[in-house]
Amino acid sequence: MMQPTLKIDHLTKVIGKKTIIDDISFDVFPGEVFGFLGPNGAGKTTTIRMIVGLIKPTNGTVSICGFSVERQFVQAMNQIGAIVENPELYKFMSGRENLNAFARMLPGVDEARIQEVIDLVDLTARIDDKVKTYSLGMRQRLGIAQAMLNNPRVLILDEPTNGLDPMGIRDLRLFIRRLVEETGLSVLVSSHILAEIELLADRVAIMSRGKIVKVGTVDELIHELASTVDVHVADSFEVLPIVRGFESIDHADVVDERTIRVSMNLDDTARLNRYLLDRGVDVFGLERRVQTLEELFISLTGGDHIV
Amino acid sequence: MSNPSILGLIRNEVLKIHKKRRLLVVSIILIVLVSMFTYANYRQIEKQREEQGTIDWRVDLQQEIVDTQNRLASANVQDEFRQILEFQVQQNQYYLDNDINPNYPGAPTFMRVFFSQGTTLVLPLFIIVLMADIVSGEHNDGTIKTLLSRPVRRFKILLAKWMTTLLYTSILIFITAFVSYAISGIVLGWDGWTAPILTGFQASSTGTFSTDFVHTLPMWQYLLMSIGLSWFVVAAVGTIALMISVIVKNTATGIGIMMAVLISGPLLTSLGSNWDSSKYLVNVNFGLHTYLEGQAPPIEGMTLPFSLIVIFMWSLAALAYAFYHFTQKDVY
Repeated sequence: MMQPTLKIDHLTKVIGKKTIIDDISFDVFPGEVFGFLGPNGAGKTTTIRMIVGLIKPTNGTVSICGFSVERQFVQAMNQIGAIVENPELYKFMSGRENLNAFARMLPGVDEARIQEVIDLVDLTARIDDKVKTYSLGMRQRLGIAQAMLNNPRVLILDEPTNGLDPMGIRDLRLFIRRLVEETGLSVLVSSHILAEIELLADRVAIMSRGKIVKVGTVDELIHELASTVDVHVADSFEVLPIVRGFESIDHADVVDERTIRVSMNLDDTARLNRYLLDRGVDVFGLERRVQTLEELFISLTGGDHIV
Repeated sequence: MSNPSILGLIRNEVLKIHKKRRLLVVSIILIVLVSMFTYANYRQIEKQREEQGTIDWRVDLQQEIVDTQNRLASANVQDEFRQILEFQVQQNQYYLDNDINPNYPGAPTFMRVFFSQGTTLVLPLFIIVLMADIVSGEHNDGTIKTLLSRPVRRFKILLAKWMTTLLYTSILIFITAFVSYAISGIVLGWDGWTAPILTGFQASSTGTFSTDFVHTLPMWQYLLMSIGLSWFVVAAVGTIALMISVIVKNTATGIGIMMAVLISGPLLTSLGSNWDSSKYLVNVNFGLHTYLEGQAPPIEGMTLPFSLIVIFMWSLAALAYAFYHFTQKDVY
């Protein structure tokens, strides 16, 4: 078993009487892009703040490459690079001055390494301009350059596509993929937008109201869960009670006059067909519908604020 | 140089302040102020020359004594103020008797007066302008999140910020000394470094005035002491401003609080000399130069060592709380 680069263990944060983060656990492994998904306010950023030591957990631990963030802060932070919420850099300084300043906070980062990260994010042309003149996309890239200065084993990007245009989002996706392939680091990407996580991540944790409601690979999540079958018949309202009589059905509803949507185990599709035929129902078609991640997400998070 | 070192962190802090052009702004204000005071000083000398036809300081000082005595003779002088005036008469008389000019014309005398007058308000104001956002600014910009998620202990980061405060205190004092000497010298002349000046008058607010310990010092030595006291006050104000900056995330609010602290000091001393224990407040003790000049302290029982200790204790407490708050609190 590979050692996880980032280990979240029973992490809890209580502020006042409110439990913001409720006993969450997950691991992120080397060479993996881990999607951290949830609606706004689910607790993603709070979790990330605990990972980088900005706030103290009420309970539980975060370790990075085996170093406890609380007890071995310096060693843990040496292994991590992060953008929390926005790429926060000094706007009154140039990009290079920012990188130089943060390099002074790291062991063994020299001029050559600074130039390397500038090349990595392709900012060479504007690196000596003041950050306040940068576009959001450029700030995002400078933020990544800053996070990459110390050659981290774990890179954390909090809502990295905020404010990027579709082209920028695509570039970022390719960039992260390339980075993971070249360096073998782990990337934790948080987002409230499903589509981008679906394309980018190997595994996903879905968070809602301070809890992790599901962790799994994207494929697993799509296929493991109860899916739906659309049954096409002559008169849906007449047939609905018959369909509901089938034993392995979770849920059945009329979609339109000729369609009934059934939630069930897909393995029982053929048995449903035989069952209906036995009861003299003419079945014009049975259509397996694989749930999209989006539908799954809504059903898991109770549909709160999803984009 | 090993990375990350405290020197690197201090360099970062200096870079941030430098990039905000704060020192430039302070220097310009200082140049404007000193120019105005120098001109006012020059006009005063001109007026004297016209009125008295001479600039003999003895005539001048004698006139001042007579003026003060006339004021004392009038009935509507408050008790506390009456005492200050009486000390002034005695001190001036002592200067006259010993044939020493307390206002030897020249740039060094200008510096002496500027530091004496500037230490309670102007110089603290400048250090606040320079330092008020040293922590709260990071919150306003959001950069605190990047700063505190790097592999450097929070303790070390705040230590660098405090050492930067002390560094800028020194730079500010140096620039003030340089500007006040350079500009006033053009009009008032450059010499006077060795002119004798008296110190050691002992005045108490109960009404005793003693000249037992009076001794003469060359101006440069007196100035060194005076500037040292200014450094101490400005460093204390900078340290307290650092604590406010740690606690209050909004820079404007922080500056407001520091201004209130500064202004309420002189206000308290002029209003509440009956409130005895107000002498333990830090802002009542910033007028360290009164001891050097032999003026009565605002409240009975205040001496130079007393004030130094009060300022030191408050600064220490402010620093301790700043470190506690900065290293322990969650950052949002």
